[in-house]
This record gives sequence, C-alpha cells and structure tokens, in this order.
Amino acid sequence: MTDVSFGPQPGKGGPKSEYLAMVRQKRLYGSIILMIFVLMMISGFQVAQDRNAGDFVPGLKHLFDFPAEVLGEAWTNRAAIPGLIAAHFPSLVETVNIAAVSTLVGALMAMVIAPLATRGLAPWPRLIPVFRRVLDVLRAFPEIIIALVLIYILGGGPVPAMIAIALHTAGALGKMFSEVAENADLKPMEGLASVGANWTQRMWVGLLPQVAPDWFSYVLQRFEINIRASAILGFVGSGGIGYDLKIAMQWGQGRYDQVVAIFLLLFVTIVVVDQLSSHYRTTLVKGRAT
Amino acid sequence: MRVSFADAGRADLVTILSLNRHVTDVGQPYESQRKALGDPMLHITSLTKTFAGKTAVDRATLEIDGPAMIGIIGRSGAGKSTLLRMLNGLTPATSGEVTFQGKAVTGLKGAPLRAWQAQCAMIFQQFNLVPRMDVVSNVLHGTLNKRSTLATMFNLYPREDIGRAIDILERLGIAEHAAKRAEALSGGQQQRVAIARALMQDPAIILADEPIASLDPMNAQIVMDALRRIHDEDGRTVICNLHTLDTARRYCDRVIGMFAGRIVFDGRPDQLTTGVARDIYGAGDDFSEAATSTAIAVLDRPGMLARMPA
Ligand SMILES: Nc1ncnc2c1ncn2[C@@H]1O[C@H](COP(=O)(O)OP(=O)(O)O)[C@@H](O)[C@H]1O
Ligand SMILES: [Mg+2]
Repeated sequence: MTDVSFGPQPGKGGPKSEYLAMVRQKRLYGSIILMIFVLMMISGFQVAQDRNAGDFVPGLKHLFDFPAEVLGEAWTNRAAIPGLIAAHFPSLVETVNIAAVSTLVGALMAMVIAPLATRGLAPWPRLIPVFRRVLDVLRAFPEIIIALVLIYILGGGPVPAMIAIALHTAGALGKMFSEVAENADLKPMEGLASVGANWTQRMWVGLLPQVAPDWFSYVLQRFEINIRASAILGFVGSGGIGYDLKIAMQWGQGRYDQVVAIFLLLFVTIVVVDQLSSHYRTTLVKGRAT
Repeated sequence: MRVSFADAGRADLVTILSLNRHVTDVGQPYESQRKALGDPMLHITSLTKTFAGKTAVDRATLEIDGPAMIGIIGRSGAGKSTLLRMLNGLTPATSGEVTFQGKAVTGLKGAPLRAWQAQCAMIFQQFNLVPRMDVVSNVLHGTLNKRSTLATMFNLYPREDIGRAIDILERLGIAEHAAKRAEALSGGQQQRVAIARALMQDPAIILADEPIASLDPMNAQIVMDALRRIHDEDGRTVICNLHTLDTARRYCDRVIGMFAGRIVFDGRPDQLTTGVARDIYGAGDDFSEAATSTAIAVLDRPGMLARMPA
C-alpha cells in the first residue's frame, strides 16, 4: 500500500501538491491528538503502575486494560454521558469559536496578501518576492510553536491561540489564494483599469467574483483543520474542549466518562464539519461545471 | 500632424517615402468640424513605446481637434493597440507626449491618471466585462472612478446612476438583458454592454481596440453603427482600431495608417487608394482588399453608402 500523504516531490508547488500538503497536515493533527491521548493513557497507566509498585513489562499485558477501564467506566456511567456532553458543550463552542475567528482573520489577511504576491495583479511587482516570503514564514511556523511563545508572553486564554492559528492560516491560505488568482482572467481587471478604477476596486470587482468559489472552498477546508488545531491548543492552555480533556485525563479514574464524552463531542463535530464542507465543495464544483 | 521620417533609417525607408506623399494637406477637412469649444483637443507628439528594446510605436504624432470619428488601420503588430493603450494610460509611454485640452496626460500616475482614464473610455476586442456580474452592474462600473472603494465593495450605486445605466442600455437596444449575467450574452451584445459602460463614463473620447474583430458580420455592423451614432449624436471623439480597410472606409471620416509602429498615412477615406493600402498592409502586388475585409460590405448600411468613395 502506498501512502499518498507522502506523495511525490513535496518541495514542488502546484495545486496537487498543495492539496496533498493539506491532507498531510490534517493527518498530522489527527495523529497528534491520538498521540496525546496515547501518552496520557500511558502516563496514567504508569501512575497506576507506580502505585501498584509493579513492573513495566508484566504490566504491559495490562496495556489494553486502560482503554478497557476507560470504556468500562464510561459504560457503567453511560447514563451520565448525555449530561456530560451537554456540560462540555460550551467548551466545544469555545474551541469552534477560536477556530472560526482565526480562520476568518487568517482568510482576510490572506485575501489582502495573495494579490500582492501574484504576478499580473500585484500593484508593486517588485515586492512580489517579499510578500511571498512573508507567506512562507507565516506558514512555516506550526500553530503550537507560535501559541506556546504567545502564551508565554500574553498568558493563557483563547487570544494567543487565535493569533497563532490566524497567522498560520494567513500563510497557508495566502499561498493557495495566490495560486488560484494566478489563473484568473485578467481581462475584467484590464477593463476596470481603463475606466479609472483603483486597485482595490479592480480586485474586488474584477478578481473576487472569479476566485470566490475556490477561495471559499479552501477556507472551509482550513476551518476543519483549525478546529483540530484549536482543540490541540487547549492542551497547552488556550482553553476550550482541549483543556477540559486534559483536566479530565489528568484526574484519571472517576472521570473517564468525561473523557469519553469529550471525545465523542470532538469526533462528531469534526465529522459534521468535514461532511458539510465536502458537501458544499462538491456543489461548488458542480455549479461551475454547468 | 505630419509625420517626420527624417531618421527612419530602415530598409523600409523607400516604402515610407512613397507613402509620405499621402501625408499631405490633411489638416483642412477637419477644420470645418471644429466646434466653438474645439480648441486643440487631443495632441499626440512623438509618442513612442519600446518593449525590451523593440519599438512598438515609433514617434507617433497626431492632432485631433474637435469631435472626430477616426479609424486606425494597419496589419497585426503594427502598434495600433499599443497606441490606444498609451492614450488611455493603460500602457505608460516610453517617450513623447499626449495633451488633452492643453494638459499633459502622459506620465500621470495614481489618482490623476485614473481621473484621465475616466474621461477617455476604452472598448476592447474581448469586451473585458466582469462575466459573472449582471449587465447593469457592468455598465455601472463606468462610474467606479467617482465611487468610493467602500461603496464599490457593498455594490452601492446612486439610484439616478442605475436609471442612467438602464437608459443607455435602452439606447443601445439591449435593455431587456439588463438583469442577466454578462457571460450569458452573445458577443455582439457583450460588446454593446462594453459600449454602454464607456458611455456611462460620459467621456470626451472613446477608444475602441478592434471592437468587431471577435464578432460576426451582422453584430460587427450593429456595433460599428452604435459607435458611429455615439459620435454623430453626442459629438464624442471615437478612435477605432480596425484591421480591416472596408470598415474604416465605411464608418470613419479620417483614417490613420500604421506600419511597423509608425504613422504612415493620415487622411480622408477617399485618399486611401489601393496602392496606399498595399503599403500600409505591407503586402505585395497580390494584395487585394478582400484579404482585409470583414464582409460588412455584404450588409447594406444605407446611411453610410453616400459616404463611401466611388
Ligand atoms: N506587453 C508587450 N510586451 C512586449 N511586446 C509587446 C507588448 N505589447 C505589444 N508588443 C509588441 O508591440 C508590437 C505592436 O503590438 P500591438 O500594438 O499589439 O499591434 P497591433 O495592435 O497593431 O496588432 C508587436 O510587435 C507586439 O509584439
Ligand atoms: Mg491589436
């Protein structure tokens, strides 16, 4: 089996490799969530191990006892789970909110930077490489790194997470926006220029109607990615559902029903957003075909 | 007004010299057309454009006084489009000057350039509309220079402008398509929308770069008739790039011939003999007018026939 996510020439540009990069990132975040979960379980397991003063290797066969224990406890308390889901719902809203605001802010930044970095559209063609480098730098830093630095400076809370995700989003979307805009038909913009319209008017009226469907579908995909990112950032102190999950797991026994409730919430949210965005994107593509 | 070939210094010098005799006493016919306000209007002096060492327009000099319907002819690559684009300011000139009512319009940048562009409308071969927007919006784009960026973003136009846009569409016979997307219209209809956008600018000058080159003969005639009417009824100056001779003869009062970037003919349509045309198109003895015909001639244009030379 070949893994497409490690597909050909990661360095080379183009929509295909961009898309593959996005798939990679989604998977990366998925696996980070999974890894954190596993690490937590292992550490919880070790706590138990220490308390029992047992050996690791003999304990290894009890590895699957832990998820079993989690699920077992959750099953016993299954009646409480709907209540717990309701209780954690505000945190989920916070996480989704962080993702939404940062996607919006990042997309707006990308909207401004992308035409500045695109040949044929840029008002200052000599600065195109500068704006491209800016996008590269924004994209190069993972949210977690920016968030950790910002949390160190600004303290915990949702604001550092929003800034971190927005900056990374601006870099990632800016590059994709620019690639879409590169293929835009320049004739409408030329017509508007001949009328005496300024640059912003030309971009708004001449470019936006052409690129809006593609740009919007990239934004939807980014929103999905950012929900995951926002959940992960909860672990490092930005609040939301990630923080709840961390607390519940640190508490350990007695709160496993919470862990299950939170995971269910997160899982359902991601699936729903994924389905909505792919549904919308197919209609966009279909709408264009006709 | 006259073109100097003193330093042409090229192999085609002979051609140009042979053409030079046609560039004589052309001033007078237009004298009569000058209106009371018609002081020197559009003066082009030694206008030159060089693309990476290649000269596209070579010291073009022209005087356009008072409203005129002018056709610029010449074969593909002669520099017709570049000349018009320099007049509108879409392409900056390398050297030379254009003045409009005594004020230089070359070398402008930013807001003054855009203000000039608002006065000097342009029509393109490929219409250059915003295809996904409706027809009225496209016509309203003619007022963008007067609109704030914010108003543009929210698609806010004054009611009277919307009314005027629809009136213009009515005048051009396409008001029934007002609410359709521009891309849903035929080529001839789209070009009329482009003319409507130009009229919305209420310009003194309308530049048309091969406005009928993408149209069938029927639509070509409709579009050329519209341009001629705008000149006749509104007194606007229309400068029209046409790569075909017969259209220029039919619709224009003054024809300018370009060859390899230079203006090699400037005169009345009746001065445009087959010999001159042959030189403008750089063709040999096998040149025939049919080769540059749009076949508009097939369709009668009663009003214009009188204008045509025998
Ligand atoms: N943007 C440009 N860059 C480089 N060369 C150009 C450009 N535009 C036009 N040219 C060249 O200038 C010459 C005149 O072109 P153009 O004005 O389009 O001629 P016409 O409209 O008469 O066909 C041609 O040789 C063309 O290749
Ligand atoms: Mg041309």
